[in-house]
Amino acid sequence: MDTRRGALAVPKVRRVGFFTPTEPPPESSQRPNRSQSGPVEATTSSSPLSDSPSGNLISPVLIPPSRHHSDNLTSHAAAPVPVPGPAAFRRYLAHDRSLHVGSYNAPDSLLGTSPPSSNGEFSEDSVSLFGFQRSDSTKLSASFPNGGFDLTLAVRAPQESETIIETASASEGKKKIAEVSGKSESVTTKPQKEKEPKSLKDKTTKAERRAIQEAQRAAKAAAKGEGKRHADESVEANPGKAAKKPQPKKERPPISSSVSEKTAVAVEKEKRMDVPQTQMQYDDKSRVDKAKRRAVVEQTETKNKVELFLHLPQYERGSQLPNLSSNFFTLDTIHHAVYKVGLQHLAGDISGDNARCIAMLQAFEEAIKDYTTPPMKDLTMDLTTKINGYVSFLIECRPLSMSMGNAIRFLKNQIRKLPVNLSEPEAKASLCSDIGRFIDEKIILSDKVIVQHAVSKIRDGEVLLTYGFSCVVEMILLYAHEIGKKFRVVIVDARPNLEGKKLLRRLVSRGLDCTYTHINAISYIMREATRVFLGASSIFSNGTLYSKVGTACVAMVANAFSVPVIVCCEAYKFHERVLLDSICSNELGDPDAVANIPSFSTKAKQSKMMDNNKNLQFLNLMYDSTPSEYISMIVSDYGMIPPTSIPVIVREYRRENLLL
Amino acid sequence: MWRSSASFILDKHLNNKPISITHSIDSPPPPSASMADENPNPNPISAYYETRAAHHGIVTSEWLEQAQAAVQRYPDRENSVSPVSGSPFSVIEEFNSWRQQPDLAEAVAAIRALAAVIRASEATTMMELEIELKKASDTLKAWDTTSISLTAGCDLFMRYVTRTSALEFEDFNSAKSRVLGRAEKFGEISCKARRVIAILSQDFIFDGCTILVHGFSRVVFEILKTSAQNKKLFRVLCTEGRPDKTGVLLAKELAKLDIPVKLLIDSAVAYSMDEVDMVFVGADGVVESGGIINMMGTYQIALVAHSMNKPVYVAAESYKFARLYPLDQKDLEPALRPNDFNVPVPPKVEVERSARDYTPPQYLTLLFTDLGVLTPSVVSDELIQLYL
Repeated sequence: MDTRRGALAVPKVRRVGFFTPTEPPPESSQRPNRSQSGPVEATTSSSPLSDSPSGNLISPVLIPPSRHHSDNLTSHAAAPVPVPGPAAFRRYLAHDRSLHVGSYNAPDSLLGTSPPSSNGEFSEDSVSLFGFQRSDSTKLSASFPNGGFDLTLAVRAPQESETIIETASASEGKKKIAEVSGKSESVTTKPQKEKEPKSLKDKTTKAERRAIQEAQRAAKAAAKGEGKRHADESVEANPGKAAKKPQPKKERPPISSSVSEKTAVAVEKEKRMDVPQTQMQYDDKSRVDKAKRRAVVEQTETKNKVELFLHLPQYERGSQLPNLSSNFFTLDTIHHAVYKVGLQHLAGDISGDNARCIAMLQAFEEAIKDYTTPPMKDLTMDLTTKINGYVSFLIECRPLSMSMGNAIRFLKNQIRKLPVNLSEPEAKASLCSDIGRFIDEKIILSDKVIVQHAVSKIRDGEVLLTYGFSCVVEMILLYAHEIGKKFRVVIVDARPNLEGKKLLRRLVSRGLDCTYTHINAISYIMREATRVFLGASSIFSNGTLYSKVGTACVAMVANAFSVPVIVCCEAYKFHERVLLDSICSNELGDPDAVANIPSFSTKAKQSKMMDNNKNLQFLNLMYDSTPSEYISMIVSDYGMIPPTSIPVIVREYRRENLLL
Repeated sequence: MWRSSASFILDKHLNNKPISITHSIDSPPPPSASMADENPNPNPISAYYETRAAHHGIVTSEWLEQAQAAVQRYPDRENSVSPVSGSPFSVIEEFNSWRQQPDLAEAVAAIRALAAVIRASEATTMMELEIELKKASDTLKAWDTTSISLTAGCDLFMRYVTRTSALEFEDFNSAKSRVLGRAEKFGEISCKARRVIAILSQDFIFDGCTILVHGFSRVVFEILKTSAQNKKLFRVLCTEGRPDKTGVLLAKELAKLDIPVKLLIDSAVAYSMDEVDMVFVGADGVVESGGIINMMGTYQIALVAHSMNKPVYVAAESYKFARLYPLDQKDLEPALRPNDFNVPVPPKVEVERSARDYTPPQYLTLLFTDLGVLTPSVVSDELIQLYL
């Protein structure tokens, strides 16, 4: 078995390109070990991919499993690698490979000197090594010819007490060399790598962090005047905070000369200009740091984030609320009404898109009422910046929904279009009335129109299925009951929010005939349903419905049972963006809500243990996207339209919307 | 909607050929037996489908020629017999007199009747005129609620006529004449629609193709006739079109034009679908989703064609676009029609008498309209642009 497997396991194809003639002997000597550790196929071909998070960051060409450089890593660290070239690159690869196997197969580890428990850390470190950002790599490649890098390494090395750090810096150096040697792979893999660094900081222990910091300071001293990068600035400005949250970036010594740095920044900026960034990507370190410095709310990032969703903000819940509410009377930049709404969003007191949007608009209205233009400033400009500040505060509390984004856009546009000759009280009054009109016409009145339209689709004897809680759907059901239609309602609900209970309570108290079930039973209960009514958070211009997580499941099951799916959505929630999946744009909820099951509440200890488990990540997605082919009809204030007509509404009425 | 009418094609194509079916707008045909005594129509049987059956019963080419000759014989009637002849003007009567023309679609008849309302109106303000027009169109719509094209035609006419800009700045008489002008233009466009569609569809019919048709649609007939005139070589499979045997009629007409035609029973559609290259159907109404409402059996043909990857083309004039959104078959106003099974139906046996079904848009390939060749999703766009 073993021999056969061995023969099969190392396909010749794999060796193309990266194998030197010296490699085969160690390869064969390692083979028995591998077959012990698991299926050979996995280790030879796909272990870097499946094994550690860094695996999927390596482009396929980097995979070659050569192990002939199985010498101790620390020796690598001690010896600065002076020769840039393919040989160094290969060594770098080999080193990387050994790291992976080390973490994969403990007895086989080449890092016999390091404690066995550090296996995970090692793999994480290797991740972070890959994870240097675009800016860094450009800077590095620019700075390499100076030779400054070797110098800093030499400065750094004595400072570091732990082998982990040393290996980190050493292989980092190799990375630089690899990049300098002009391998295109490193360029292609960079975008993926960006999201990695975050995971490192959670894994380092206190001592390590201190070591990192010390190393950093020493490096800074060595490269005087060069540490202009804002990350380091923030470290200086707020050392306490930095100690709490060491960024992997800080491990890297600031080595580049100021000139090359400037060019690198310029390149970076150009790159950013090319790609329009609509949303902040939370795996983009520098932007996050920038945002953090401006932040009012001090958020702690959660541990154990799911890799696919690193670009979304995820903070620990519960800690910041008391802190914020104590700040309530000391704040100056944020208007108290906005602050209140922000806290309500944070605490989850206001949920539901319409309610959130109305609360926000009303807070803005109040803020505008209390607003006075500072001397020597223009109302239009100053108020817009004020509103921007409020909005970023609200985003810190909870990411905005699409509808809120639309409402904000409306308000800003309204401010921009204020006639210049208007006096301040007049301008304020006009803005307030605009906000009031928006709430009345776009939300309240359009709900009424939707109810009128949707009720015409309810016939006697029908079974209407709805998912979760949507206030428009509730209004439709109550109104249909009021006008004497005979129907039955099936409410499908899902953990962890169980919003459907609220709907159930309200409907039952009004005397409607209801069935309550969880989404697990959807395929069973769908047999009975004749119509599915769904609420929406937003609808994008390709007809994709963006709604509470689980909606897509309901719509797809309904489609499979050929039950018409009716989506009720106000037109102000339509968005001109195109959404293809639920990954790019989403919101992460409290992961503990998924972990904590009410009936198991006694096992708090167990859940704590689960929290600290590195192999376990909780994902509480708030939204999902339903492709348009699963939607039969959209009921909006423009009538009943097919999902293919969303772009028409957006195109024809967006301008009018803003004019209002 | 009408601004984008593709009727320019007509002008381009046929600037030397006479348009065979255009009637002069201002001459109502000689009124014959009045059926305007029921208003609103108490008959549970769909008047729309009754009329169609009646029309189809007599639509032959000879009859058409006769009718046309009859129309042409009285070109000056209009001057002598003014619609406002002292007697109280009834829109229904007017409508029915127009409806007698077998080749005139019901919606066009309604449009003409409404234009006559404007002409006969003694209103002195625009508001009055508008209210009068609204009342007339409501009466028409109430007369036959099952006819989608009637309702849609009335609505579109109202939109088209009352949506003139600058009305407020003119004195009443010029405003009225402008409304009248628009009304007539609308009637003209509607009249030309069928020719436009026929010309647009010629690109899709290639030599040697086999076309499956269902029911007797005047637009589809026009398309096929034009293709035959253009010396295209094609074969037509006609379904029988039970219960009113409209397919038999179509087959007869096509045979007269020397088009090879084969008659199928309605249930043989799937059997012969593999030799079919494309399916042509008409429509009673085109709904907001882009689906169509048409004679019973269209849905199943579309389903079969879709599953065998054959294109389904719908020929429909744009005045059939209706602001309806049926979710399923039962989500429509029922249009019933007597169903003759040729054998006595045993007692206690229920009979499905619905005359039409709804074909969802995903089973349709293209819609040939006088606005151009559209995908189903564009229907909603056009409707939104028109009504909102």
